[in-house]
Amino acid sequence: MTNKLSAALALVLTGVAMVAPGQARAGDQAAGVKIEKPWTRVTPPGAKVAAGFMTITNTGSQADRLVGGSVSLAKRIEVHEMSMKDGVMRMNEVANGIEIAPGATVVLKPGGYHLMFLGLTAAPKQGEPVKGKMKFEKAGEMAVEFTVAPLGAKSIGDGDKMTGGHEKDGMDHGSHHMNHGK
Amino acid sequence: MAARTLLSRIRLALWGLVALAAFVAGALLLGHLQEAARQGASLPGAARFGGDFELVDHNGQAFSSEALKGKPHAIFFGFTHCPDICPTTLFEITKHLEELGPKANGLKVFFVSVDPARDTPEHLKNYLSAFDSRITGLTGTQEQVARAIKAYRVFAEKVPTGDDDYTMNHTAIVYLFDGQGTLASTLSWEEDEKTRLAKLTRLADRG
Ligand SMILES: [Cu+2]
Repeated sequence: MTNKLSAALALVLTGVAMVAPGQARAGDQAAGVKIEKPWTRVTPPGAKVAAGFMTITNTGSQADRLVGGSVSLAKRIEVHEMSMKDGVMRMNEVANGIEIAPGATVVLKPGGYHLMFLGLTAAPKQGEPVKGKMKFEKAGEMAVEFTVAPLGAKSIGDGDKMTGGHEKDGMDHGSHHMNHGK
Repeated sequence: MAARTLLSRIRLALWGLVALAAFVAGALLLGHLQEAARQGASLPGAARFGGDFELVDHNGQAFSSEALKGKPHAIFFGFTHCPDICPTTLFEITKHLEELGPKANGLKVFFVSVDPARDTPEHLKNYLSAFDSRITGLTGTQEQVARAIKAYRVFAEKVPTGDDDYTMNHTAIVYLFDGQGTLASTLSWEEDEKTRLAKLTRLADRG
């Protein structure tokens, strides 16, 4: 109970870049993951898929696996890996999830590992974080909130820069706000 | 005696420097040539690339490759159920076209669907409304699309996912053709923005 309360408190206090302890199940003394900067981005109109990204650190003392999860605006999630070779883009579901060694950090980002949001039931909108749950083999389920970056974003930057302010500009103009700062 | 050894050592070191300088100069020249080939002159075997096709544009109108004759254009293949590379490429090209402004008015960009079963003209039109209006979506029957895929030597394959769904693996290179219909260059996902913009600028200038 106190555990849940403090997790909820941490969730509220840290806002977008969330660092919440995984709920260790009985028997797993030291399972734990830290999720940072979960983000997705605006999709073109009518899109049926989106991609989710995040940085995951295994804070436990045993290997864990990201095996799946769910998000509010898609029918389901798959853990995917994208690769480019000889100009060909390939994308596959990662069969047994992404393994994360104790102490290791795995980055899900454009062009590599990503969460595939399949069967979008609503379009991600800037300024409206997307609620989801990530499922780990050992650490169990963890709630996350994906910040929504603009169309075509390649990274989330500092996280909070991307939210608010521009979403009323509409699609054509909203896209100007990103990438030029680099 | 000692002085002589020192002198010969210096001489040896100098020759070593000469050899190194020659090597560096050679490497630089090679790099320059490769870069020139990449940006300027047509690519080897370029004339045989591309070809005739009959497709349907995002307004539902028949679109023949005849319409490309004499016009510089960019063409690439993808699908709207793509989470990453297709929308990103469309977005990047939109940005470049905006940077080029009216200069790029003669430059047409084509996004050919490798997934015509799901990418109807209406769906393409809606999807592309988020991007520059100089980008035209093309789709068609499976046979029409298969023909275009073959002409451009594009790789495309269905990959089943759970729930009876599927995704596609596909060539993600953007082909740039000049007004003579020759493959002038390509854009790739790994290149930096400046390089891509320079290539598109050249294509727009060259007409
Ligand atoms: Cu994917």
